Amino acid sequence: MFEILRKSLSTGVVTTRYPAAPPAISARARGRPEIDWLNWKDARPAANICPTGAISYEDAVGRGVPAEPHGQRTARLDLGKCIFCGLCADVDKAIQMTNVCECAARRRDDLVTSAAYTLKSDGSHERLVENATSKAEQLGQEINQRAIKLLGRSLHIREVDAGSCNGCEIEIVALNSPIYDLERFGIHFVASPRHADMLLVTGPVTRNMELALRKAYAAMPEPRLVVAVGACGCSGGIFGRNYATCGAVDVIIPVDVYIPGCPPNPFALLHGILLAVGRMESQFNPA
Amino acid sequence: MSVLPGLRPIIEEITTRFGGRLKGPQIARPNEIYFDANIDLIAGFCGHLYKRWNARLVSVFADDARAEQGVFHLYYIYALDSAHGFLILRVLVPPNKPEFPSLTNAVPAVNWQEREIQDLFGLKLIGHPNPSRCALHDDWPEVHPLRKDFDLNAELPPFSGERHRFREVEGEGVFHVPVGPVHAGVIEPGHFRFSVAGEPVLYLQLRMFYVHKGTEKLFENLPIPHCLRLAESVSGDSSFGHATAFCHAVERAAGVEAPPRGRALRTICLELERIYNHVADIGAICTDVAFVTANMHAMRLKESVLRVNEQLTGNRLLRGVACLGGTRFDFDAEQLTHLRQLLAAFKPDFESLVEVIRESSGTRDRLETTGVLKPQVARDLGIVGIVGRASEVDRDLRRDFPHAFYDQVKFTVPVFSEGDVQRRMVVRREEIFQSLSIIEQVIANLPEGAINTKVDELPAGRTALGYVEGWRGEIFHWIRTAPGNRLARCKVKDPSLQNWPALPEAILGNIVPDFPVVNKSFNLSYSATDR
Repeated sequence: MFEILRKSLSTGVVTTRYPAAPPAISARARGRPEIDWLNWKDARPAANICPTGAISYEDAVGRGVPAEPHGQRTARLDLGKCIFCGLCADVDKAIQMTNVCECAARRRDDLVTSAAYTLKSDGSHERLVENATSKAEQLGQEINQRAIKLLGRSLHIREVDAGSCNGCEIEIVALNSPIYDLERFGIHFVASPRHADMLLVTGPVTRNMELALRKAYAAMPEPRLVVAVGACGCSGGIFGRNYATCGAVDVIIPVDVYIPGCPPNPFALLHGILLAVGRMESQFNPA
Repeated sequence: MSVLPGLRPIIEEITTRFGGRLKGPQIARPNEIYFDANIDLIAGFCGHLYKRWNARLVSVFADDARAEQGVFHLYYIYALDSAHGFLILRVLVPPNKPEFPSLTNAVPAVNWQEREIQDLFGLKLIGHPNPSRCALHDDWPEVHPLRKDFDLNAELPPFSGERHRFREVEGEGVFHVPVGPVHAGVIEPGHFRFSVAGEPVLYLQLRMFYVHKGTEKLFENLPIPHCLRLAESVSGDSSFGHATAFCHAVERAAGVEAPPRGRALRTICLELERIYNHVADIGAICTDVAFVTANMHAMRLKESVLRVNEQLTGNRLLRGVACLGGTRFDFDAEQLTHLRQLLAAFKPDFESLVEVIRESSGTRDRLETTGVLKPQVARDLGIVGIVGRASEVDRDLRRDFPHAFYDQVKFTVPVFSEGDVQRRMVVRREEIFQSLSIIEQVIANLPEGAINTKVDELPAGRTALGYVEGWRGEIFHWIRTAPGNRLARCKVKDPSLQNWPALPEAILGNIVPDFPVVNKSFNLSYSATDR
């Protein structure tokens, strides 16, 4: 008993001050990639090396394409698919990996940025036709005010692994550690969806977990929130949609907040959860 | 290519014994020898290798080679631990007679693997004691996803088949406790069906494969570099272990080896993965017997390792650092300083945590003689890794099949015979100390030079076995290459698949409230089992 007390006292307080203080993340950590949209010359190398299709492009050549001799290219970065591996930055100087992890968004479209270019004869591109936009910036943003008012100060979460590789679970479990200490926000993990206000779902949703996920959602009292965690939860990730998976969580149940990452680190998870109850803001659509 | 000296007498003996019925040997690698045979030799070959050479079957799987050779292949991978080599029996199964004899009655260790072949390839099992569905749930239609004529993206209709029938356990006061797939804690999904009379468990049935994601099929549909990222997602807690096993397979197929510094850095990462998982498990075991304070310290220690992982590789779970031919990043002086500081701080902190746990008689009381897996049962089921080492199964690929940098460092493999939760925790504890020492040795002797070698595009038709002793146990990736730098087959074998059937044995006679701690002491990956 003495040893327990001694160890706890000598350890002291280890809890992060986040969100009052910025997240303690190594400068070397790989967070969201940033593309220099203005000076981006060629989307093809990055798109080819991207394992999940987070960077992609579409070329439109010929009829219906305005006055460009070789056609137009739309290039996209989808953070919901990104696994933050950084391979794109290795092959393309216009792409930099940052250590920014707070990428959670209220809309799936918020995670998608795209830009249009004119194509050159060698297949590279130049000159921005449109500015890079995140689709949803054009859309209005309404938050479920009633739910937030009800749940804002205390929240009970039920976690459902609907097909994850358990990477997301490792980081979710860390929220209960003394470092991140989710309980200091009045937020608890509970054992049953019947006691939960929020479903924290990791994916991709497998065909075998589809029914269990629907049942867990149906068992929750209203108002209820759903947070999709990780590249797989947001988009199906590297697994995508196949004979055994349904893909993203929002294919099965409505989702309120998307947390990108593979896996999202505990700061990213905290940000996403607090975003869902209106206690933090999204970087994409400040209210 | 020459065979490992220890394998030579074994190969000579079996070629003499089986004569013309066995084609081979084909020496793919000095420690990876293939033989071809017809289906009628499966049982005879197995019996002989087990009895005469103390071999063990580590992986049984199928491969649809109808397009190339007009047949299905079955592969039986035998490990000869004392000779440090693998003998692989390849058996032809003609498509007009899609069936194969079961070995499960003689070797219970292959029970699930054989049923998986039946489900995923549609090869009928003959003589299996329980040939029911395993990898595909009972309500799935009659499809065989790993056949080449099945499309990865096939849209299967809503499932309407039969529900799983659990075995009935009847008697006065006997009732069933169904648990899962959504559990009370933050863990992966699986269904446990307890049959209990009062508190003690009479029988436990497992229903797995809830997170079957078509991973092995997906390997066949991605270019090899993308497959590496998929390998990192087989099991999040073993991201680096699986990625390295995959790299080993590709490198062996290409006939290249990572340069010494690359192998040394891999070893550091493998040991960091072992440390953070082991310390997390020790904490979780304490939580499950209500000693939460110990878990708080364990989680703090785990976090310190994850943060160093982030410093070293940019990712807390060591993702993105693996690369074919070595590692993707080098560790500079500043990073190595972080690593040294971690080692210096972690050891005394962990030692005092060990002391705190040791002093807690209540914890010890709950853990000793709980969830005993008897050595004989562990041997019969082919149990590997930490669970095996707590039950007298003295195996470790790091020692018996040296890979990465393990032939350059000294370490011991802790083995106990009691097989209870306490010993599974102690194995982890001892391994953490060994891992710390291994990392210290690697840093002290860190070779200079390149961190990776270029791996050229692979020609079609190469086969290779990659292996790694992950923190949980032995991980195997076996590949066959296809044209265009792709894979025709990637068989992923995680220790979890091997160890799950031991859990119902270990829980027998224990009380239901002890199940969480017993389960935690195994800590098997659902994702890597279900794939």
